[in-house]
Parts: sequence; structure tokens; C-alpha cells
Amino acid sequence: MTVEHPSGRLVERYARGDADIPADEVWAVESHLEKCAPCRARLADAGDGALVDAVWTDLAPMLDGVPQMPYRRPRVRRFHAWVTPSMVPWLIMMLVVAVVAVVFDHIAADPDQVSLVLLVAPVLPVLGVAASWSRGLDPTYEMSAATPRAGLPLLLRRTLAVLLAVIPALLVAGWDASTALWLLPCLAFTTTTLALGGLVGVTRAAVALVVVWAAVIVAPTVALNRTPLALHAGGLPVWGALVALGLVVVVVRKGAYTHLGAHR
Amino acid sequence: MTRVVSAAETAPTTYSHEIRATGLKVRVGLRKMAVDGLDLSLGTGVHGLLGPNGAGKTTLIRALATVLRPAEGRLELLGSSVGGRVDLRALRRRIGYLPQEFGYYKRFTVREFVEYMAWLKEMPKRDVPAAVQRAVERVGLADRADHRMKTLSGGMVRRAGIAQAIVNDPRVLLLDEPTAGLDPAQRLRFRELLQELGTDSCVVVSTHLVEDVAAACTDVVLFADGKLVFQGTPDRLAAEGGSEHVGDSPIERGYSALLGTPGKEQGQW
Repeated sequence: MTVEHPSGRLVERYARGDADIPADEVWAVESHLEKCAPCRARLADAGDGALVDAVWTDLAPMLDGVPQMPYRRPRVRRFHAWVTPSMVPWLIMMLVVAVVAVVFDHIAADPDQVSLVLLVAPVLPVLGVAASWSRGLDPTYEMSAATPRAGLPLLLRRTLAVLLAVIPALLVAGWDASTALWLLPCLAFTTTTLALGGLVGVTRAAVALVVVWAAVIVAPTVALNRTPLALHAGGLPVWGALVALGLVVVVVRKGAYTHLGAHR
Repeated sequence: MTRVVSAAETAPTTYSHEIRATGLKVRVGLRKMAVDGLDLSLGTGVHGLLGPNGAGKTTLIRALATVLRPAEGRLELLGSSVGGRVDLRALRRRIGYLPQEFGYYKRFTVREFVEYMAWLKEMPKRDVPAAVQRAVERVGLADRADHRMKTLSGGMVRRAGIAQAIVNDPRVLLLDEPTAGLDPAQRLRFRELLQELGTDSCVVVSTHLVEDVAAACTDVVLFADGKLVFQGTPDRLAAEGGSEHVGDSPIERGYSALLGTPGKEQGQW
């Protein structure tokens, strides 16, 4: 296909803004210029630049008056893609509790003593997950719920941030055979919170699980001063199954997290 | 640098109305139907959503924002049906929403706040700074862009909320009580902005203030007890009222003609 380029004279007249060019020719020149870079270059050379200069002198003072917007604090921005400002105090609290639990376990070197890490590890991330998806704690919940990013990917992202904060803090205690004893219940509670959250709301699910944990495990343990059966090595397959079940429910019901109901 | 216009933006639309509801029902709580069998078609323009307290305006706007699932009926936004297993992400990228209870992170600056919302709206990274600048300028907060949200007055916070709603150039813009907390001069400016936005997108504004509707809206939707009472131009609403009806302006008289004297028979005021 051969393309007709406008003559040099026509481009010159167009650049001058001559009023006597027929409308159909102006139209043809303009639509050609949009597509043809060499002709745009000819156009740039053709004019004496008076028009461009005039526009520029009008525009320049306005541009100076307007503050230009570079990205501010890019590191902060990247951080908030994972952790909302409303989660920060909760994360700090969780870290403090984790450190205290680890320190207590170290001081009380009595082998009969029930490990504090074992008792707090499962519920710590639950609190952080609730804070990340809560109507009461996150002031922007309704606005963010209506955005395209809202939903399971964002919830998982925030959950991962919580786990990445809590688990290393607990791992300070040491990496040995007993690590799985608290790590699996910790993950099981996290996935169960998410799974129940899709049904009744993340905050409600978190509160319910913490209450159940306190009543069924913590209270008897403190009363009898004996590590409960659920936290012995024999319980590990059950905790593992809970992790898997939670994940399956979360994936199957992933649509639920895009609505306001999950924020209750 | 000029903004690059994508093919998607210039593609012809394949729907007649941006918002189309047929027999729409939305449940609040376990039993109450806050929107109860609504048939509504809204196209390009500014639509004022009027109605008494508890009429279901907020529920309707939430359903339009796709954060509440319709219990029954059909809701089509931008030609795609909501409620089925539709991909909400693509749809939500073209929706702007300002909720009635509008919260924000106090330590964010206006710019960071709008940037954060632009990120949540999955805007292309390189478009964000310019889009944020434009949105903040349009609501008149350019000189406050680097102030923290907690230092702003109530009206400015509202305007920051409007800025985050329009930052992604939405085709459907949903504003729930946007004029609350704005002073008269700001409201005038806001009406101009509404008219500007309404030229190429579908703007739904829920409000109590009848004068906002008269001044800025091309279309009035009167809503009571979850049902549509009236839809038409502000002039037609004004024509409904006569001198025997309560109200200080023709539109207020039309409003009370259609809804009855609001609240009087229920012993309220």
C-alpha cells in the first residue's frame, strides 16, 4: 500500500494555521500526521515556532505553580502494600508477646513446666489477621472492600505479613524437634480463621477461635500444669489436617472475601 | 508527558446504560430487604438519589459498588452482570466509590492516601503520580497535598475522599452523602465538579440536600422503602408539587407530593 504524504507547501500552510485550507484537506492532513512520524518531523520544521512558543509562555508559569508529584517515600509505600497502618500496633504487640513468651521459656528451664510459646503461638497470628480485615480496626475497610485488589489475594498477602513477623520472633527460641509442635497449630489456627472468616466474618472468627483456645486448651493447662494431649507429637497429624482443610475451604470460597460480609 | 489513551478507552460501549437493575433485592441483616424489587436504568450523567432516612439509599449504593451481593434480581454494571461468578476485579477498576462512613489513616498525607487507594485500584504504576496529582487538583487540595490527613478539616477530608473516588477516572462513580461537612462555597465548587464528571461518566450521588439535586443533577431518583418512587429530571419533580404541598422550593414541594408529608403520619418530625 502506498501512502500519500501531504506536500511540503500544504504542511507549511497547516503549520501557519491558514484558514483557507478546505476542511476535508485539514482533516486528511491531521489524520495522516497522527500516523506518520516523518511528516510530524516536517511539521515541526515547517512552523516558525511562534504558536508553540505562545502556548509555552502561557503554560510555563502555571507549571511552576503546580507542585509536581514524584512518589514519596517509596519504601513506605511498598511496606503498606503488605501491612496497613492499622495493623502496625497489633504487629508490635504480637512481637512483644512472642519475645516475652520465648524469654519466659528460657528462664524457666524446668522440663516439667508447660511451654508458654506452645500456649500463645497458635493465637498470636489470629489477632494480626483479624486486625488486617476488621471493620472496627481498619477505618478504610469499606473503601478498600470496593477496590479490585480486595479479596483473597490481599487478605493472604496481609496474613503472610503477619506470619512473617510472628514466626521468626518465635523461632528465636530455637529450631529443634519441638518447633513443629507450635508451628503447625499456629498455621492451623491461621487458616481456620481465614476459612471461618469467609462464612461469618474474619473478626468474629478470630474472636471465637481465641475464646475456644483459651477455654479448651489454656485454662485446663494452667489448672493442671500439664501439657495437653493436643500439643503432644501425637496431635501433629490432626493439626496438619486442619491446615489443609482450612486452605481448601479458603480457596473454594474465595469469592466471599470480595464482599463486606468478610469484614464483620 | 501526555497520557496514553488505551484501546479499551476508545472502544465503543456495548451496553445501553452504565447501571441496569431489574427486580433487584438486597438484604440487610437476616430478614430486612433494604432494596426491594428495584427496576432502574442509569446512563451517563449525574443522578441524584433522594429519599428519607432508612429508605435504603446506602444499601443500594453498596450493592452498586459490588460490596453487597444482590439477594435476588439482576444487576448489570457496564454491561456485565454482577452476582454471578463474574470477574469483579475488571469491573471494579472502572468504579469509584465514596462510602458514607468514610475512614482514613491519620498519618497518611493526602497524596499518600490517594496513592494508596490508586494502588488498591490496580492502576498502572507509571500513571499513578499524574492521576493522583490530577485528582487532588480537581478537588482543590493541591496546596494541602503533603499535609497529613489528621491536620485537615472535615470538609477537606471529604474532598480527599472524593479525590480517591475519582483517581481512576471511573465510568461509574458512586458518592454516598459527599456534601456532608462541606461549606457553601465548597458545595458550589463540588456541584461544578459533579457536572464536569457527569459529562462522560455515570455519577450517582446520594444526598439529603434537595438544593444539591436541583443545581447539579441531570436526573433525580426518588427512593423510599426500598422501592423506586420517581425517576426523571429535576424539572419534572418540581412539576409534581403544588402550592398545597410542604416545602420551600418547587423541588421540595415535588418531593413531599410524591412521598406524602414525610414522617408526619408516623408521629415523627
